[in-house]
Amino acid sequence: MDYTQYFIEFTYLAASILFILGLKGLSHPETAKRGMHLAEFGMLMAIIGTLLSREIVSYEWIVAGLVIGGALGGAMAYWVPMTAMPQRTALSHAFGAFAAALVGIAEYYNYTHNIKPVGDLTHLKMGAMGFEVMLGALTTTGSLMAFAKLQGMVRGTPLTYRGQNIFNMALLATTVGLFVYLIFVPTAGVAFYVMLALAFLFGILLVLPIGAADMPVVMSLLNSYAGLAAAATGFVLSNNVLIIAGTLDGFSGFILSILMCRAMNRSMTNVLFGAFGSAAAQAASDGQEGAMREVSLEDVAVQLAYANQVIFVPGYGMATAQAQHIVRELADILEKRGVSVKYAIHPVAGRMPGHMNVLLAEANVPYSSLYELEQINPDFPSTDVAVVIGANDVVNPDARDNPKSPIAGMPILEVDRARSVVVLKRGKGKGFSGLENPLFYKPVTGMLYGDAKDSLTKLVQAVQHV
Amino acid sequence: MPSVVSRSPNQLNRKTVQGKNIMTSGSLIAALYVFVLAAFLGYQVISRVPPLLHTPLMSATNAISGISLVGSIVIAGEHHTVASILGFIAVACATTNVVGGFMITDRMLRMFRKKETVLDRSKASGNGKV
Repeated sequence: MDYTQYFIEFTYLAASILFILGLKGLSHPETAKRGMHLAEFGMLMAIIGTLLSREIVSYEWIVAGLVIGGALGGAMAYWVPMTAMPQRTALSHAFGAFAAALVGIAEYYNYTHNIKPVGDLTHLKMGAMGFEVMLGALTTTGSLMAFAKLQGMVRGTPLTYRGQNIFNMALLATTVGLFVYLIFVPTAGVAFYVMLALAFLFGILLVLPIGAADMPVVMSLLNSYAGLAAAATGFVLSNNVLIIAGTLDGFSGFILSILMCRAMNRSMTNVLFGAFGSAAAQAASDGQEGAMREVSLEDVAVQLAYANQVIFVPGYGMATAQAQHIVRELADILEKRGVSVKYAIHPVAGRMPGHMNVLLAEANVPYSSLYELEQINPDFPSTDVAVVIGANDVVNPDARDNPKSPIAGMPILEVDRARSVVVLKRGKGKGFSGLENPLFYKPVTGMLYGDAKDSLTKLVQAVQHV
Repeated sequence: MPSVVSRSPNQLNRKTVQGKNIMTSGSLIAALYVFVLAAFLGYQVISRVPPLLHTPLMSATNAISGISLVGSIVIAGEHHTVASILGFIAVACATTNVVGGFMITDRMLRMFRKKETVLDRSKASGNGKV
């Protein structure tokens, strides 16, 4: 190794350390910004180091890629609204995984076209490369599918057909079979490209039967896959910083997907293959007794204005209605009147982990007012009004009371224990999972129909006149 | 470009391949050590991230795993048309993630504020509230 090589290795080591410090910073909002700057600096160092690499003979393609990618990434970061964060994240999983897959394909091409000595294509190397390409390919199309569902380009409801699970399993088995075959016969080019095509196909079919409400789990899982694909790239290129960064990403996604599953009291298998929210869910929605009670805007305004404590419970409906700013306005007016205002955030509210927190932060809600499920549940009995904004399953008391419910055992925000509940809801239809929500029929609950943003705007005016 | 120029880096490339890049069982074991230790470390570090910051966490790890850019750059820079084009696309994809991921994480983190730092709200909170 000459000095350049030492320098390159040094930048990689520094980058690895800075990445870890960067993620460590994310343990608190106060230290997070500085942590990210460290990680950014680490990335810059690694890139500069790589550009000095003597394996590079021409820079045209590199510069072109850097410029295009930089412009695209910058534009996306600048213009994407916070409500579209799940879509953007899904798209970036696709990009990351695709990059990993392409590196694997290019390497394989080089080995099988005499550009690199085919003798170096060992079984071990082929194993890492096959893993990288397979995982990268299925994550690419899977993430694009998730993007399409989140963006509303494809219906969000699960798409199912007879024998779907068996077909998917067979497809996966074939893909893995080809992968194993390649490990033993690395030069079998046809097998490689067929495996690649099947992996692309499998990604689409994997996400097709998953409902939009399960997106937090899927997003986390795809995050994990994208990271592991990058780690596999590290194995192929014998590059430690790639292994470390990819593994951190992979495990972060893995931890998040476990947390999300736990927050829904469901297993990963159930999320992936259960096609939740389609036909199966209807069985449990037994006929509800009583009727929903509609309340008038003025009544709600008076209730809120004279309350001691109000808890807002946001859900995906708040995101679709873009109502986060007006929620904060209402909260401001209430706080001025001396009402204590809190926000209850369920881990799977929204379409990705932490979705609601980001939206409320965007609307300038201080994070000290945002409470997690375990913190806030004891507060509901002493709360005068709980305002549910476009949330449904996360406040469904059936999860707690009805062991036969498909969501039985899912931890919920116990809004029904509050002295009164106001539910802001678009229409009388069922929630995303298609489940009946007994909360809406409880005597304490009043329904306020209409677009959440609209209703809240009117509420702001009404409260000011109380 | 004269063929002599593009040949000599190829020779060098070959040398690095034989010297370092070829995967032996020894280097695989070493890579596995790195992988397992990074996994443990990742678990420790990431389980301390509060749910509040889960979205920034996801976009940050996304940006960080854009380090696959390092691999893409080398492939795009080697002088072989097919590999270069694949590498070029990979560089573009990975750069999008790095730049977009870090910028958007910064943008999100700037929004997270503690109560005291927001001036107009600190006035409102003086009414017997914690």
